[in-house]
Amino acid sequence: MNYMDEFRDRDVVLGYAAQIRKLSEQRPEPMAFMEVCGTHTMSIYQYGIRSLLPEGVRLISGPGCPVCVTPNRYIDRAIAISRLSDTIITTFGDMLRVPGSSSSLMEERARGADVRIVYSPLDAVAIARKNPCKRVVFLGVGFETTAPAIAASILAATGDGLANYLVLAAHKTIPLPMELLSSDPELKIDGYICPAHVSAIIGANAFRGLAEQRGVPCVVTGFEPADVMQGVEMLVRQVVEGKSRVENQYSRVVTWEGNCKAQSVLAQVFSVCDAEWRGIGVIPGSGLEIAADYAAYDAEKVLPVSVEETREHQGCRCGDILRGKVSPFDCPLFDRACTPESPVGACMVSSEGTCAAAYKYGR
Amino acid sequence: MCLAIPMRVLSIDGDTIVAEIDGVKREASLMIIGEEIGVGDYVVVHAGFVISRMDEKEALITLELMKEMKPESATASA
Amino acid sequence: MDNDLILLGHGSGGKLSHQLLSDLVIPTLSGIPPAGQNDAAVVTHNGQRFAFTTDSYVVDPLFFPGGNIGCLAVNGTINDLAMMGARPLYMSVGLIMEEGFSRAELKEILDSMRAAADGAGVAIVTGDTKVVPRGKADRIFINTSGVGVIEHDLAIGGNCARPGDRVLINGAIGDHGIAVMAKREGLDLESDIRSDCAALNGLVEEILKEGDAVHVLRDPTRGGVATTLKEIALQSRVGITLQERALPYNGAVKGVCAILGLDPLYVANEGKILVVAAPQAADALLERMRSHPLGREAAIIGEVTGEDDRGRLEIDTVSGGTRAVEMLAGEQLPRIC
Repeated sequence: MNYMDEFRDRDVVLGYAAQIRKLSEQRPEPMAFMEVCGTHTMSIYQYGIRSLLPEGVRLISGPGCPVCVTPNRYIDRAIAISRLSDTIITTFGDMLRVPGSSSSLMEERARGADVRIVYSPLDAVAIARKNPCKRVVFLGVGFETTAPAIAASILAATGDGLANYLVLAAHKTIPLPMELLSSDPELKIDGYICPAHVSAIIGANAFRGLAEQRGVPCVVTGFEPADVMQGVEMLVRQVVEGKSRVENQYSRVVTWEGNCKAQSVLAQVFSVCDAEWRGIGVIPGSGLEIAADYAAYDAEKVLPVSVEETREHQGCRCGDILRGKVSPFDCPLFDRACTPESPVGACMVSSEGTCAAAYKYGR
Repeated sequence: MCLAIPMRVLSIDGDTIVAEIDGVKREASLMIIGEEIGVGDYVVVHAGFVISRMDEKEALITLELMKEMKPESATASA
Repeated sequence: MDNDLILLGHGSGGKLSHQLLSDLVIPTLSGIPPAGQNDAAVVTHNGQRFAFTTDSYVVDPLFFPGGNIGCLAVNGTINDLAMMGARPLYMSVGLIMEEGFSRAELKEILDSMRAAADGAGVAIVTGDTKVVPRGKADRIFINTSGVGVIEHDLAIGGNCARPGDRVLINGAIGDHGIAVMAKREGLDLESDIRSDCAALNGLVEEILKEGDAVHVLRDPTRGGVATTLKEIALQSRVGITLQERALPYNGAVKGVCAILGLDPLYVANEGKILVVAAPQAADALLERMRSHPLGREAAIIGEVTGEDDRGRLEIDTVSGGTRAVEMLAGEQLPRIC
């Protein structure tokens, strides 16, 4: 038992496929469900989930990849910081390839910048401890799952009295864009596959407003193929029965209240701000910035750099793809000018990006 | 977003645990989890932090529910 | 983006590497068309066919569980020759060291080179040593070249897969890449995974006993099983379908891949061989491979489904769905969020 393999059972998955087909026949109109988590996007492609669903049940990918929704301006700033002397940039792997307006961290590394991939922000704190004469800047991107970890790394640095650890923060919260997208008449989302590990932090209750006031069925769903199929089956059932409520398929990890300790660490170190989402624009109250008490750890405040003028990439449809309005295959650049080796848009960069997943697994 | 995986707790030292999956060991921090974690528990680890305790009872309930799908699979794959 | 820059991904063995080779290196140096690209060149002299190859080794860390840069450099070149169905005979070694490198570490590396060469029955007959100023290289780089003799007239190559053929592998996937990655700074993963680094010429000799049933031999090194099979599919203009359930993995490789969000199909191997062979010989070949020490966990993992100009590679997943598999694009990076 490792709580992963058990949830990949072929017979179970095929059983749900049959069940979903049967249920969906009770409703003539097609249904579309959106997943707003890059790990769901990956899982759906990786296990060939779409090949198992009937035509009338469509899965669309929303703005769930934190790297993809991070605007050019942030990347440009990170690049400017990487060019400062005695500076080590530490980051999760995905960020390396993201194109800014005229460069990427990978290119900067090729030119001599010290850019290191870490598994945990605590590894970045350890690098800061080992290199007291250098400043170590961690690129803090991610949603509610990751933000508490970054917050805790700042607390760990405080505890150690480390003055050379900084965070360039661009954290975002997911429920607001979900609300925004659910009222988009072009999209007509019939239900949400709610993010699994975000929910572990914020709790399944966070989606009640969406389900109960806006009438959008929500199922908090795990990442293994049997989880995803069960989650989709629960959504189809809600639609067919004309219900809209929050259900928790991933009850082995997610509670209704969420992780209170993580929530309080988050509230201690970060405060709510407006955030720019690549392709969507500014969503008021959907971001997290480092709170005034911890301003000494805020790379944006501590390191004044001049950031080049932001240039968006011509023809890239990342924005529409992030909103689920078009699929990667509809973008004129997909697999032509834009490939994982030379990505134009962020959706092609992160392995969790919709375009990258579609490129790697989807054709 | 948010790749996190279930790991089994091998040892605990203050705020730091060593956890294991498929024979791979890694340190993880308990800084952002309020629940009591014990050796032998399964936890969900993201970016070096325990974000949740795996509720093994709930896991078994889900698996039982999933098993009910199995008999029909014969017709589905046929 | 700056197209002049050579990026790390250009050396990853994936699509970027292919582009660099086909856009710049090959047309400039020789002009051999891509269909002729194999692990080693085959040259004929006085009616005798030889295989000839070269490879450079820049692995970090130098020492990893299951091996070091030295045995990698010897076995890697032996394997490139073996993949052409050649019997490796002679090797050269070029050492490029950074000023300040440790003599004791060099000794350890040389010892394992000698042991690997002796074990495979190959003689290291010539070499070169250079030292560059501190900071101009990372401790030690090794280049090896090798020559082998082809003593059969079988047509073996990446373009020889045929519809109906079976795809076999001699054991667990991804051990080398994961053993190396787990040792890197910043990841700190502890496991008992050891590199599978090994010379495959003995196993190849065994495989070749199946004669003209053997169509393709390839070692899935950088870019992993996925990239290598995609190359074969493209070169042979066939479709290939893999059975995910049949793929052999060591548990810890799955564990590391789960933690870092990697796909083991793209992880490098150094002691694995992919064999594409006629269906009627597949079972006998499997037995033959399993009876060899380096093939005990051999498995039939897929099938060549038919002719396909686009070289479609598909996988039937453990969960019953199917999906396409493409080549590795750039470096595989750990993904966390």
